[in-house]
Amino acid sequence: MLLELPDNASVHATARFARERYGEQLVEIVPGHRTLLLVWPDASVISDISELALERASSEISIDDADQLEPIAIPIRYDGADLDAVAAGLSLSTEAVVKLHSEASYVVAFMGFSPGFPYLIADGPSQLLGQPRLQTPRTEVPAGSVAVAAGYCGIYPRSSPGGWNLLGRTDVALFDPGRERPALLEPGVRVRFEPI
Amino acid sequence: MTRVEVLTPGALTTIQDLGRPGWGHIGVPRSGAADRRALVLANRLVGNADGAAALETTLAGPRLRFDGAATVALSGAPVRARLDGRALGMNEALEVGPGDELKLGNASAGLRSYIAFAGGIDAPLVLGSAATDVLTGLGPAALAPGVVLALGAIAGGGRTARSPAPDPPPPWELPESVVLGVIVGPRSDWFTDASIKRLLSEPFTISQASNRIGIRLDGPVLERARPGELRSEGLVSGALQVPPDGRPILLLADHPTTGGYPVAAVVSSNDLGLAAQLRPGQEVRFRVAEVS
Repeated sequence: MLLELPDNASVHATARFARERYGEQLVEIVPGHRTLLLVWPDASVISDISELALERASSEISIDDADQLEPIAIPIRYDGADLDAVAAGLSLSTEAVVKLHSEASYVVAFMGFSPGFPYLIADGPSQLLGQPRLQTPRTEVPAGSVAVAAGYCGIYPRSSPGGWNLLGRTDVALFDPGRERPALLEPGVRVRFEPI
Repeated sequence: MTRVEVLTPGALTTIQDLGRPGWGHIGVPRSGAADRRALVLANRLVGNADGAAALETTLAGPRLRFDGAATVALSGAPVRARLDGRALGMNEALEVGPGDELKLGNASAGLRSYIAFAGGIDAPLVLGSAATDVLTGLGPAALAPGVVLALGAIAGGGRTARSPAPDPPPPWELPESVVLGVIVGPRSDWFTDASIKRLLSEPFTISQASNRIGIRLDGPVLERARPGELRSEGLVSGALQVPPDGRPILLLADHPTTGGYPVAAVVSSNDLGLAAQLRPGQEVRFRVAEVS
C-alpha cells in the first residue's frame, strides 16, 4: 500500500500513526519524500483496514511532533573536494557556504541508497541543496562524506560511488548493525551540522 | 556438529534465510531467499523452521564435503545432484555420512536451487538474519573454495528421508514463455496508455545483466507520458521500475528500499518465486493478476 501525502511532515506523522496503530502487523513502514509505503504480511490483513480510513486519520494527526524533538548534531569538517566549486557556482565565498550549510536546520525526509544514508531536506528553500549532481559520478566517495545535490543533503555511511557535491566529512558512525539502533538517523529526525 | 567444506562454490552460492524484514525505513533491504517458497520447502523437508539458513545456488551448483552425519534436501530449480555416487532427487530428504561429497550440476530449468541441512547453517546473524545481501554487503560473503560451514543444532532438525513433504512440490515445467501476474500501478500514469498496453501484451527477454537485486528486461520500451522526476518513494519486491531508458527492471530480494524511477506495475507476490527462477535469455510476459 503506497499512500500519497501532501508533504514530508505528513509522511512522518502518518508513519508514526501507522506504527502506533498497526505496528506489529506491518512488515515495513517506509517513508518516501511524499509517500508512505506500508507492507502487510498478506492481503487478508488489509481487508479491514481501508486506505481511506488511514488517510483520513492521518489528516487529523498533528504534524508538529517532530518539531519538539531535539535535533541530532553532526560534527563536520568542511574540507570537501567540491566545496570551492559549489561556492563559485553560487558566487559565494567558501566561508559563506559553510555558514549557509551549518546554520540551516534539516529533517531526514527518507532513507535509502545504502543502509543508514539519510536524505536531508532543509527547513526553508535552499539554493545550496539545489546543486546539480556531478557530470561524472565519483567511483569512490569516502565514508562520512557530507554532500548536496538535487534538493537534498546526504551523508555517506560507508565508502561508495556517488555523484553528489562533497562539502565535508564527519567521523560519526551512521550505521552499525551491531547497535540496538543500527542507524544514527531515522526518517523524521531533525539534524544540524556543527563545524569542527 | 557436522561441518561442510566448500570444494567448489558454483557460479554464485550464498547463505539465505527469510531475510531482514522491518528495516526498510533505514535503507536495509529485506534480502533473504529470492524464491522464498523453495527455501521454505527445502527447510520443511529436513524438519527445520521455515526461515533456517540454507544455501541458494545460481545456475551452477557447488561441490560440498561433509565431515559428519547430516540430512539434506534440495528444492527450487531442478538440478542433477550426486551424493557420494547416489542420485539425490529434488524435494526429498537424504541422509549424509562422514566423508560424503554432494555435487550439484547445472539447473536444467530455472535458476536458483536451495540446499537445506537439518539444523540449518550456523552463520552469524546481522540484524537477525544470515542472508547475504549483494546490494549492501550485509551478511556473509558468497561461498568460496575452502570455506567451512558449521551446521546448526536447531531443535526439530533431522527428520528422515521418509518424512513426507508438507506441501506438494511446485510444478517444474517452465513454459517457453513464462507469464507473471501483475497489479498495474502505482505509477502507471507516468507512462503512455500504449506503453502500458505493450507491457501487458508483448514479450520481454531476461537480460544477462540480472542478479538478486533485479532482473533487467529487454523488449518494448515504455514511454513516459509526462516529463520530470518522481520524488523517491518506497519500493517492494516484484516492482517493475522503469529508468529513463524505458527498459523495466523487475526488483528482487536485494532491491534498494527507496528509489525515484516510477513503478509501472508490481508482480503479484504469488508469482515472485517464479520471477526469481527466470534465466537470462528466457522470455516473460505480464498479465493483470486475478484478484483472489
